[in-house]
Amino acid sequence: MSYPAGMRPSVEKVEQRRKDRLNNYEFPRLSTEEKALLLKNHHPDFRDGDKVNLRSGANKGERVPKVLAAVMESPSRLNLDSVDLRKTDCKTDVLVIGSGGGGVTAALTAHENGAKVIIATKLRLGDSNTIMAEGGIAVASLPEDSPVAHYIDTMVGGRFKNIPDVVEALVNEAPSILEWLTNLGACFDRKADGSYFNHMPAGHSFKRSHSVKDLTGLELMRVLGDEIRNKDIEVLEFCPAVELILGPDGQCVGAVLEDLDTGKNLVIEAGAVIMATGGMGRLHPNGFPTSNHYGATADGIVMASRANAKLLYIEYIQYHPTGIAWPEQMLGMLLSEAIRAEGAHVVNCDGEPFVNRLETRDALSAAILRECGLREKGVKTLTGTMGVWLDTPMIDIKGGKGNFVRRFAGIHQRFKKHGIDPLQEPLLVYPTQHYQNGGVAINVHGQSNVPYLYMVGEVAGGVHGHNRLGANSLVDIFVFGRRAGRHAAENFRKKPVAKISLDHVKAHNEELAALGIVSNLTSPLLLPDYRFEKALTSTNYVNEIVEAER
Amino acid sequence: MNEKTLKMISIYVMGKRFTVPEDLTILKALEFSGFKITRGCGCRGGVCGACATVYRNKGDYHIITGLACQTVIEPEINLVQLPYISSNKPFYAIREINPDSLDIVKIYPELMRCMGCNACTKSCPVNIPVMNYISAAIRGDLKQVVELSIECVMCGLCAARCPAELSPYNIALFIRRLYGTHKLLKSPQLEKRVKDIKQGVFRAEISMLKKTDNKKLQEMFNELQAKKGASV
Repeated sequence: MSYPAGMRPSVEKVEQRRKDRLNNYEFPRLSTEEKALLLKNHHPDFRDGDKVNLRSGANKGERVPKVLAAVMESPSRLNLDSVDLRKTDCKTDVLVIGSGGGGVTAALTAHENGAKVIIATKLRLGDSNTIMAEGGIAVASLPEDSPVAHYIDTMVGGRFKNIPDVVEALVNEAPSILEWLTNLGACFDRKADGSYFNHMPAGHSFKRSHSVKDLTGLELMRVLGDEIRNKDIEVLEFCPAVELILGPDGQCVGAVLEDLDTGKNLVIEAGAVIMATGGMGRLHPNGFPTSNHYGATADGIVMASRANAKLLYIEYIQYHPTGIAWPEQMLGMLLSEAIRAEGAHVVNCDGEPFVNRLETRDALSAAILRECGLREKGVKTLTGTMGVWLDTPMIDIKGGKGNFVRRFAGIHQRFKKHGIDPLQEPLLVYPTQHYQNGGVAINVHGQSNVPYLYMVGEVAGGVHGHNRLGANSLVDIFVFGRRAGRHAAENFRKKPVAKISLDHVKAHNEELAALGIVSNLTSPLLLPDYRFEKALTSTNYVNEIVEAER
Repeated sequence: MNEKTLKMISIYVMGKRFTVPEDLTILKALEFSGFKITRGCGCRGGVCGACATVYRNKGDYHIITGLACQTVIEPEINLVQLPYISSNKPFYAIREINPDSLDIVKIYPELMRCMGCNACTKSCPVNIPVMNYISAAIRGDLKQVVELSIECVMCGLCAARCPAELSPYNIALFIRRLYGTHKLLKSPQLEKRVKDIKQGVFRAEISMLKKTDNKKLQEMFNELQAKKGASV
């Protein structure tokens, strides 16, 4: 099967020119000035047209992607007249919303510290971006590495905008997180003497990523999900939160859920709420394809903002440079950064290198957009999408036969199903929306500015500044999952409040009406709508961007 | 992609006919047909196991299983997605189990009911030799269970098809955790790093960095990068 005839000549050019790129050839790295210019001219974060200022609410004036503004500035999905807060369905010490790595870690930790915990989650336990994380978890574990170097790399990668105290907690607790996961039985790739296989993700200065083949997140999620079941922590599946409930002083006292099977709303009262709802990928910011899970619709941002939580850096979106551009069935899904770390070059339609394979995600994405746009050196597919080549056959040529399959069993298997053999042929890639760098501002315990409301993982902002480094998100969710879980278990509200209300939601709806803001949506969105012709439009998103680049 | 230029084919969803473009995955074909999926869609990339689907192709008596997001439709395919698969999952404390004892069989006694029919392997959408790892589990070869089952996406199709009523994917997870907890050696290097951090070995240096200006941080980063060279 292989690639269609129209794309074959370009594949052949890559093959012909591959030998020039062996023998340790590397494209020169960008200088600090060159990188700044590349980002300014070609990274979507720097294009003003894709962003707007919020017109209402606690974050009025904040720059956000247009698609996020559209859901934030929609009336609530919740029919306020149909909810009776006097009839509580459930009371708990700690309510965790979301069950990816951050949510389950917070739940396990709060439980371990003696709190009664309930998890409410939109889909199944574990359905999240965590499960899709291929690359690994960043931990300064090698003797020559240190949390100090990890700190420097994270700050530089984040364009110096990270919150220093939060980064300190991240890098200091990373090693104990690796130990914790290992003790729970996660089978990290190990050597015979018990030491870990490490590899170097882009933007890091040492081999710092620890993986389980290319299925790291899957393995961690399986283990943690199993532990949640062993501890018999209550999990309400297919019951996403739709609004938070507040007390008289604006403190968070619970949430209203929507049972997706029955349509019934559930009122949960809680002494503390930990939100671990993930990012906004499925809103398709700037029209990009996304590597995100089906449920990544920014629900947490929408609900928290209505409850007066302050956002930080929410306009900064990470595009992963190596999203799959062909076959169409896999469009937008991710190819691990580790493929580049293992030696695969990034080359254009003529098989020529145009960027160093180890540039940070933002710079590499910008370089690919420039190659496909302005320089017209992209590869055009049958469906009109564009891409450049990730030269995967180099990995076995350089590292020895069997290297690719050993490291990337999952990727190999998925491409073979569509007739493409990454051992023999390069893979077509194009940037894909990958991560929401900002979110609700947090402190070192994961606390937001709203009392008793915590944020963990992608929904939180400040850990990664303007740009997250590869392998830093897995460590983020576990470090701050542990921190928020512990702090919430020790500090949740024990006293009853005089009145619990959804007045802030009513006020939000009224403010929109007063400002004359009209929307054909209600939010949080919960799930994207891909029905009918929208099932196919994912290819058009790319076209629009290529046009805009010209 | 323009709908007019697409070649359209018929598929059957729970027996009802829909006309969709060829070459779509089952998931996209369902969406093109107008289904908004709640149960039966997850990562859309073949790793989460949410979209287990059972189907028959026209004129073929075989029952075929697959993941909707990874399987391309055939003309006249007749399919249904499985919203949920119940499974057996006992409680256990992983650290307290002796991996070299009969505890494995005590926790999952149904292991011994395996009759070697291989229906599990045939049903696996990620081509795991399920029956082989069940055999390895019965033999007590934990390492082989880990190696054979590490790519499991927990879709539950093996449990749905097993005539001996095993939940193979839960058994594999249990054994992988047992192996990881008890059989993999500790890393002294990691233990030392954790201890050093607890004792505050890096505290002063990081405190200083928190007050260091961006230009200096950038220089320090450049130095680190220069030292690492091209090898990764």
